[in-house]
Amino acid sequence: MIRFVSLQNRQGKTRLAKYYVPLEDSEKHKVEYEVHRLVVNRDPKFTNFVEFRTHKVIYRRYAGLFFSLCVDITDNELAYLECIHLFVEILDHFFSNVCELDLVFNFHKVYLILDEFILAGELQETSKKAIIERMGELEKLE
Amino acid sequence: MNPFSSGTRLRDMIRAIRACKTAAEERAVVRKECAAIRASINEDDQDYRHRNLAKLMFIQILGYPTHFGQMECLKLIASAGFPEKRIGYLGLMLLLDERQEVLMLVTNSLKQDLNHSNQYIVGLALCALGNICSAEMARDLSPEVERLLQFRDPNIRKKAALCSIRIIKKVPDLAENFINCAASLLKEKHHGVLITGVQLCADLCKVSSEALEYFRKKCTEGLVRTLRDIVNSPYSPEYDTSGITDPYLHIRLLKLLRILGQGDADASDRMTDILAQVATKTESNKNAGNAILYECVETIMSIEDDGGLRVLAINILGKFLSNRDNNIRYVALNMLMRATTLDAQAVQRHRATILDCVKDSDASIRKRALELLYLLVNENNVKPLIKELIEYLEVSDQEFKGDLTAKICSLVEKFSSEKIWYIDQMLKVLSEAGNFVKDEVWHALIFVISNASDLHGYTVRALYRAFLTSTEQETLVRVAVWCIGEYGDMLVNNVGMLDIEDPITVTECDAVDAVEVAIKRHTSDLTTKAMALIALLKLSSRFPSSSERIKGIIVQNKGNLVLELQQRSIEFNRILQKHQKIRSALVERMPVLDEATFSGRRAGSLPTAISTSSGAPSNLPNGIAKPATAPIPDLLDLSSDDVPAPSSSGGDFPQDLLGVDLSPTLAPSGAGKPPKASTDVLLDLLSIGTYLPVQTGSSAADILSSSQDDKALASLSSLSANATSPVNAAPMMDLLDGHGPGPQKPKENGQAYQSLVAYESSSLRVMFNFSKQPGSPQTTLIQATFTNLSSNVYNDFLFQAAVPKFLQLHLDPASSNTLPASGDGSITQNLKVTNSQHGKKLLVMRVRIAYKTNNKDVLEERQINNFPQNL
Repeated sequence: MIRFVSLQNRQGKTRLAKYYVPLEDSEKHKVEYEVHRLVVNRDPKFTNFVEFRTHKVIYRRYAGLFFSLCVDITDNELAYLECIHLFVEILDHFFSNVCELDLVFNFHKVYLILDEFILAGELQETSKKAIIERMGELEKLE
Repeated sequence: MNPFSSGTRLRDMIRAIRACKTAAEERAVVRKECAAIRASINEDDQDYRHRNLAKLMFIQILGYPTHFGQMECLKLIASAGFPEKRIGYLGLMLLLDERQEVLMLVTNSLKQDLNHSNQYIVGLALCALGNICSAEMARDLSPEVERLLQFRDPNIRKKAALCSIRIIKKVPDLAENFINCAASLLKEKHHGVLITGVQLCADLCKVSSEALEYFRKKCTEGLVRTLRDIVNSPYSPEYDTSGITDPYLHIRLLKLLRILGQGDADASDRMTDILAQVATKTESNKNAGNAILYECVETIMSIEDDGGLRVLAINILGKFLSNRDNNIRYVALNMLMRATTLDAQAVQRHRATILDCVKDSDASIRKRALELLYLLVNENNVKPLIKELIEYLEVSDQEFKGDLTAKICSLVEKFSSEKIWYIDQMLKVLSEAGNFVKDEVWHALIFVISNASDLHGYTVRALYRAFLTSTEQETLVRVAVWCIGEYGDMLVNNVGMLDIEDPITVTECDAVDAVEVAIKRHTSDLTTKAMALIALLKLSSRFPSSSERIKGIIVQNKGNLVLELQQRSIEFNRILQKHQKIRSALVERMPVLDEATFSGRRAGSLPTAISTSSGAPSNLPNGIAKPATAPIPDLLDLSSDDVPAPSSSGGDFPQDLLGVDLSPTLAPSGAGKPPKASTDVLLDLLSIGTYLPVQTGSSAADILSSSQDDKALASLSSLSANATSPVNAAPMMDLLDGHGPGPQKPKENGQAYQSLVAYESSSLRVMFNFSKQPGSPQTTLIQATFTNLSSNVYNDFLFQAAVPKFLQLHLDPASSNTLPASGDGSITQNLKVTNSQHGKKLLVMRVRIAYKTNNKDVLEERQINNFPQNL
């Protein structure tokens, strides 16, 4: 199960954070800070998996953003790595060559996309096309 | 328009915040916006609610508190339009979580939305429910969700499936309701619904064994078929990832199959074909393929299998191990650790690759590989493996060295068949990474050395050689110094040469040089220097000709600022000067330790005892004597000063062996080790509760050594324990607690204390007679005698006393409560006062005497301060 998803830039600013487990605000900040610290200094040659408390964090860096997923210890890391990549592809498609600023100004849309992709900590849809179509429908209703 | 309305659009606010150069500026902007939003909320402004919440969410992401917006979410959710609901639900998920009470208020709205005609709104509600519902909400809304599992729109079905997962996690009892629906989801064609359905089944199986049985019986075949279809399916652009159709579905199906096949031979049987197919056919040059293979291997490992598949799995892992991608190698190492329990043989084949991984540059891979290697070591391959590991130790990183050293040491200990091999390996490790070696390890090494009596010569020579080359490894220096001290004569006389050794000539001078270096080195710490001092003493006995030189070295430390070293050097100097006769007896060879006792002690079971056996006392306690036997006081126990705190048990024992316990915080629990644990009064009685004669109170040893006229001995046996304040010591300690005012010996047994007229008036006299019980100077027994000096008889005579907190008072009943007149008789009453600050504070008491005389009640109160000083 995915415990949380977080997007952070190199300076540690959180661009997106979605938690599927209940946490206090202060705990959330602590967690984000720790994850950032863990992830930002790692050599790119190292593995994309880090142990974090009693779970694992699977992360990948795309340009200046770190996409991190915190999952249970028993989960398949390689699969979640693919997940991250799929998410980035969707964002890319939706925003047409996405950049960090797009994510900042359209954060509510990013959350929408995320909600179509992951729900209750599990994968919801694996087809990029389906998600983009759905987003289109939702946008029309706005 | 209201001047306070938040007129700025969302984009503008974001821009404004981003334009801030400093954190203070940003805070100011945020504060202003929050104020505007709050005002708007108070106004109950409909138009801007949507925008306000969006702004609030942004502010929340930045990290500022936004609790005041929670009710806004609820209002938005309750509105009719889709955009409002959307933002409301989004805000709900961001600003709230299941532990908040406010969430309950949403239940009704959720219920209505779940039944809404607009399926997008239903989707919104399911999303919110699935992400943050609490147990009560789950219970309330579960029927709705069940119904939606069969909705016509696949989007809703898949959301409902995931929502159900959350519901059954929160309320496992409801699991039964979902079993049938979940089973029907497995027959879907739509990938999204299929994948969520599979996940739902997997979670149902985890939560309910009934579900597990059901799925196992009814659905295994269907799942296998579905997997086969997916594996064999043609190219599909929608789901294609690196050439594989929907790898996520592959993985989920494999996972579910694993859950169903685990522990059930029948189900496992049905899967073997498809698993073999996946394992062999999947391409492994891209991450997606590898992910599938990884999941497949995990499944194979978990289900019941006869072995054919297992070999396949381990081969895949072997291939992973040689992949250049670190991720893959990491994953392989992880899996191999589990595979070792199933089929160690197969994993052994890959030992070489694993060894290479230990030397990898990535820290997490190194760690995993080392752990795996640790599991793989057995008697056959231990020697070459250790050789490789030690070679690697030389070049490894600092952070890794600690880990590596610990593993090597424990492996060597576990598998050492011959002592000489053990000693060799340990020496190598100490020379390379001695600073990372833990105390227990080198203690154990010394234990083994002392037991291997035929190897003493070899060991000391090897250590000497090592010492010459690597003096910066602290533990090596310590072990070397100890051995040179013990077996110096073997070193110099080349005793017990083994064939494999090269001859080496070491003179007495060289040996003493070595120890001197150990003392003089500024990087040596306290333990090393202390050990070196003792080693010098031993050497002075073994090499009489070097005695003078050794004395010179020892004397240099007489003024050392560290108390331990100063004391040792003074004492040893004394021995060298005045007690040559007993010197050799003092420093005889250490007796061989009993292995069982050693391992018992190490496990921390027995508290260690200080004293030695009778007979020639070596100057180091060897702690064989068990605490139960009344040990003869170790008068010459020179090194059990600074007794370790009672809490440290195992590991103490060898420390005593080397007399090395030098906690700089001089544990005030003086002697009587174990002070708190031991109830052996005798032990404490004869314990080394000695105190330096210069301090107040004399030593217990004095009492026992009074037969020995030699004052020097007594001073030798004094410990450096500072005047143990009785507060800390266990009461038993005070048996011989020598604290008294001034340096006299305490007189036990009913010393005559001056009796005190506590109170005298024209009508009453109170006399206190003091005595103390032998052995408890804290406790004073007072016999109070009341004499009536008036001519009237006193009736209902009552004596009461009060004492301050540091005293404890116990009153015995009085002999009578009628006091005859004119001193014609008296009442006596016994009091017992225990002074917890004995020696520091004197007794003081407030007394109240009440009696009836001439039909009058009389009350007299007085404070008594004039207790004798020497109480």
